[in-house]
Amino acid sequence: MRVVILGCGRMGSVMAKQLSDEGHDVTVIDQDPNAFRRLKDFNGKMVLGNGLDPDVLKRAGIEDADSFVAVTNGDNRNITSVQIAKEIFNVPKVLARIYDPMRASAYEELGIPTLCTTMIGAGLMVDFLLGKEWGEVSRYCDFQVD
Amino acid sequence: MYIIVAGGGKVGYYLTKTLVAEGHEVLLIEQDVREVSRLSEELGEVVMHGDASEMRTMKEAGMERADVVVSVTGDDGDNLVITQLAKRKFGVPRTIARVNNPKNEQLFHRLGIDQTVVSTKIIFNLIEQQIETDQVIPIAALKRGNVEIVEIDLSNDSPVLGQTVGMLDLPVDTLIISIVRGDHAIIPHADTKFRSGDSVIALVKADREAELRDIFADTGSTR
Repeated sequence: MRVVILGCGRMGSVMAKQLSDEGHDVTVIDQDPNAFRRLKDFNGKMVLGNGLDPDVLKRAGIEDADSFVAVTNGDNRNITSVQIAKEIFNVPKVLARIYDPMRASAYEELGIPTLCTTMIGAGLMVDFLLGKEWGEVSRYCDFQVD
Repeated sequence: MYIIVAGGGKVGYYLTKTLVAEGHEVLLIEQDVREVSRLSEELGEVVMHGDASEMRTMKEAGMERADVVVSVTGDDGDNLVITQLAKRKFGVPRTIARVNNPKNEQLFHRLGIDQTVVSTKIIFNLIEQQIETDQVIPIAALKRGNVEIVEIDLSNDSPVLGQTVGMLDLPVDTLIISIVRGDHAIIPHADTKFRSGDSVIALVKADREAELRDIFADTGSTR
């Protein structure tokens, strides 16, 4: 599988390493060159640049990518880049990590695949505190927005 | 009209100021609290502190009753999310986004944003016009038809001075609509003569513009 990951923070670098070690063709994009220090013994490609710039995405091979995930620390950046990947480059599988639960739910309703790590983390912790078994991920993503 | 402006940079500031002066109800949303206090001193009550891309802020701002939402931050991601949520979650009839990277314009349109402003593209087009056409200035592009209305200001050296409309060997798909002389717009006929200082208004197929320029403009001395 050819994967493009936007954002080489903690989550992006861990994912990149893991997928690359499993033999996938991985490219990571970040605008901070220091971010790539997190990738040791990494066999994939690293691209320096702004993930909202279609030229940068092309350099990362988005035109031939099977999947694209956006895990920068900016929710809006993740949402926008995922829409560029989906609408302009027709990447079949995309996912945006979102911190803000209300924004995640709004975009999920608009048909943009999102993963709200805040809701998942909070849900797991609450279950732990209440002595409950951890359940399926979808249980934690299903939340009400007032 | 109720207009919400997102982003209190230079564009947002002057836009808000102008809209308030025109008598509109305006709300300017800015994320940076220090900027908010500076903007409030200048603009007063119309400034709100908050993240305009957050649903909570949008509700507080009364976005569901806004007539227009304009997002002019320096970040395309923020501008897209703000206008997209305004349109699709709050049903705002008109959304305008500033697009910082001209390559993202297409995406914004495809995602339903009504209007985009790409300042780099506007300035680039102005430069291109100046270099490319010299004295032939496009004043209107007719939609989809690939036809333009252009204005040609005749200089003292224009080769057509003293000639009549009928004498010109105009390219096909070209029509001279009017000659503006001083305060008068003349509807020309075959024996109307060109004078220095005339503004010739013509309808032309875009790909014939260069031929038209060669007829009217003194291409030798102005380059």
